[in-house]
Amino acid sequence: MDPVEDTLRRLREAFNSGRTRPAEFRAAQLKSLGHFLQDNKQLLQDALAQDGGLRVGEGRWATQLDAAFIRKEPLGLVLIIAPWNYPLNLMLVPLVGALSAGNCVVLKPSEISKSTEKVLAEVLPRYLDPSCFAVVLGGPQETGQLLEHKFDYIFFTGSPRVGKIVMAAAAKHLTPVTLELGGKNPCYVDDDCDPQIVANRVAFFRYFNTGQTCVAPDYVLCSPEMQERLLPALQSAITRFFGDDPQSSPNLGRIISQKQFQRLQGLLGCGRVAVGGQSDESDRYIAPTVLVDVRETEPVMQEEIFGPILPIVNVRGLDEAVDFINRREKPLALYAFSNSNQVVTQVLARTSSGAFCGNDGFMHMTLTSLPFGGVGASGMGRYHGKFSFDTFSHHRACLLRCAGMEKVNDLRYPPYTDMKVQLLSWSLSQSCSLL
Amino acid sequence: MSKISEVVKRARAAFKSGRTRPLQYRLPQVEAARLRYRLQQLEALRRMIQEREADFVGALAADLHKNEWTAYYEEMVYVLEEIDYMIQKLPEWAADEPVEKTPRTQHDESYIHSEPLGVVLIMGTWNYPFNLTIQPMVGAIAAGNAVVLKPSELSENMASLLATVIPQYMDKDMYPVINGGVPETTELLKERFDHIFYTGSTGVGKIVMTAAAKHLTPVTLELGGKSPCYVDKDCDLDVACRRIAWGKFMNSGQTCVAPDYILCDPSIQNQIVEKLKKSLKEFYGDDAKKSRDYGRIISPRHFQRVMGLIEGQKVVHGGTGDAASRYIAPTILVDVDPQTQVMQEEIFGPVLPIVCVRSLDEAIQFIGQREKPLALYVFSNNDKVIKKMIAETSSGGVTANDVIVHITVHSLPFGGVGHSGMGSYHGKKSFETFSHRRSCLVRSLQNEDLNKARYPPSPAKVRGGERPGALAGQGKPVASGLTVPPCPSSQMTRH
Repeated sequence: MDPVEDTLRRLREAFNSGRTRPAEFRAAQLKSLGHFLQDNKQLLQDALAQDGGLRVGEGRWATQLDAAFIRKEPLGLVLIIAPWNYPLNLMLVPLVGALSAGNCVVLKPSEISKSTEKVLAEVLPRYLDPSCFAVVLGGPQETGQLLEHKFDYIFFTGSPRVGKIVMAAAAKHLTPVTLELGGKNPCYVDDDCDPQIVANRVAFFRYFNTGQTCVAPDYVLCSPEMQERLLPALQSAITRFFGDDPQSSPNLGRIISQKQFQRLQGLLGCGRVAVGGQSDESDRYIAPTVLVDVRETEPVMQEEIFGPILPIVNVRGLDEAVDFINRREKPLALYAFSNSNQVVTQVLARTSSGAFCGNDGFMHMTLTSLPFGGVGASGMGRYHGKFSFDTFSHHRACLLRCAGMEKVNDLRYPPYTDMKVQLLSWSLSQSCSLL
Repeated sequence: MSKISEVVKRARAAFKSGRTRPLQYRLPQVEAARLRYRLQQLEALRRMIQEREADFVGALAADLHKNEWTAYYEEMVYVLEEIDYMIQKLPEWAADEPVEKTPRTQHDESYIHSEPLGVVLIMGTWNYPFNLTIQPMVGAIAAGNAVVLKPSELSENMASLLATVIPQYMDKDMYPVINGGVPETTELLKERFDHIFYTGSTGVGKIVMTAAAKHLTPVTLELGGKSPCYVDKDCDLDVACRRIAWGKFMNSGQTCVAPDYILCDPSIQNQIVEKLKKSLKEFYGDDAKKSRDYGRIISPRHFQRVMGLIEGQKVVHGGTGDAASRYIAPTILVDVDPQTQVMQEEIFGPVLPIVCVRSLDEAIQFIGQREKPLALYVFSNNDKVIKKMIAETSSGGVTANDVIVHITVHSLPFGGVGHSGMGSYHGKKSFETFSHRRSCLVRSLQNEDLNKARYPPSPAKVRGGERPGALAGQGKPVASGLTVPPCPSSQMTRH
């Protein structure tokens, strides 16, 4: 007996009934979602705080219903699987896209960010039409079972390892997917720049949400000379942001779980600690840390860090930096800092990544006019703004012809006599389309 | 290392050489150089098609009994048009696309930068073996990728010709051709690609996507299904039947967007049959076997399969075949039972079943109970009928009052949905399919003052005056009052 089976059948029936098609229905759902956020602001803030000290942002959702020769239609039943690091945002922003495109949606929140999971399971359903929407809970095993069912689209945010599992499951039903994955986002720092400004920006984006951000700068590439100047600047930025005792700063969160904490604590042993390095297991606290003298083979340079640790790797010049980057998997984001626009654009031209930002951290995420997605191991597909709507729609090519003008069609029919061939050649040379 | 691995490795090395992509950027002469290589390769492809037209026609004749007309006007001309269109538009499509900025990023540059993906695998198929292998290749080349081409072994003459001729005109390392059957294809699919473009059956589509998942390789799958053709009582039946007959029996029914079966009211079934017969006679004469313009089935296996679909059915036209020449007569079936085999699989042959339905709603329901098809056709003089049919069904594409032609329009994407496929191509969509569209924001290191507001410490508004550490073992409340990324558009509301 599969409880999920019943839920999915119910949703499919609702979809087939056409309930989600009218614009009014979708607008009402989106409005209701807005109310969910407003009505439960405190509850959500508390939940996010409990899960790791995060914050709720405001959303603004694009609903674009185009009518053209390309008809944008809902796909049907969409599954959205969200991770634990921004458990609300990374669930709701895709949800907005899926709803506005007219789909029925199944949400699978992360079981690791338990407080948010609870709110999404208990409170959110009160705001959305229950015939078109469901929340399914569980861990890896339940998620695996869920993935055996057929969906019309699967939107997954998480690790590349699980991304492969999701895509393989989707392949059994020929379900298209968007996979928002991760990687190690390089941050190239040229010699020609102000180290304090760079340190401010890199530190801000590295330690934001305690480093648990898929687009955070993961590691720095710079010359030994630049490193000398960066280290005190990074220390200065960290002190400015979090005070002399970061553990008591209200602006620094905690690691989501014991498991993640232990993994990160292990990484503190790589290379040499230049800034920070403290940890406290009882609090799942890891100090904002900078590591130097790291080797490429060490774990801190082998896996996505996803924590408040910033290794610095030395390279002698741009060419070496570009080679280093290109030897590795394509990251979700790539950063280059330089006063020289030439240097910035060279890094862009010679590498590939989901997105690129010159002279700052993930500010590019604040533009909904820019699609957000990965490439290669960092993912496939994209969303945000209009791109969300497009992702969750089928773009159906429509051509409406009239029954008249049949004489014009004559040339396309057999038998293909020489005369006809000549006429056809002539008419094609006149650039009129017969077919 | 196997030969296949070597070929793929060489293609990757060719791509990494950077000749499809410059090492500098934003210098006019370098931009021109980047595109020049790709344009040269496209021009070489065009020259190949023009100079070796006779060879291509010969291969199509041997594989599928096509003649100069059908080879050119049903396959090759579209590729030439695509090449011309691509060459003309490439500078525009390859350029950076500026995007709308937020108040905070007004002084920055923000744009979408199109880049090649790397090494693309294109797996062709046998029914339009030239078009369906080369047309996608045009987009992949234009987007700056290396392309490994795997023609279908079923259309063996074309496969062999492509392997000979492409290296004579184009960069050998960048655009290799690999031939072979199932074992070679399986081995090829173990390699890592940056995109896989596959045209073929739903069954193999699943195998391709499963293989791609191992490397997180995105895919475009152009599959198939049973494309329904609804004929309303209120329509010009002469014209409708003529158009349907043309689309159905072209290439002996072996077209992924052919009208697979007809749905109509029983009261017009006989008329439809008569008019279809009339058109068939006009097109192919009394004995289609003698017509130069009528195709043949690709292989003995498919011949047997299609002949098998006719068994037990009520045949009102045709129904015969000749195994030696793989000829199957244009065949019409009436009063077809939806449970029978001919209504269970994509026919892909010159057999046209007519299934009776008593209303538009019944037709819509019939279609909705089945997998989403690649194409859907509706013939009616009544706009409302057309609108309702489109609104209450789904399919890759639609043509109303004709068949097939929606796929010949440059500006319309060609692709499926559900079991009929994912992704699409043709024209600009091809360029986009084979590109990575990279979001770029380029700021400056000046104006650091403006950033002050975003940095911690924020004006602390700790909830209820709780001291940090009060929630030991859990997270901490973060002071509110500072809106920060990555919540998109949060920066639009504050600055």
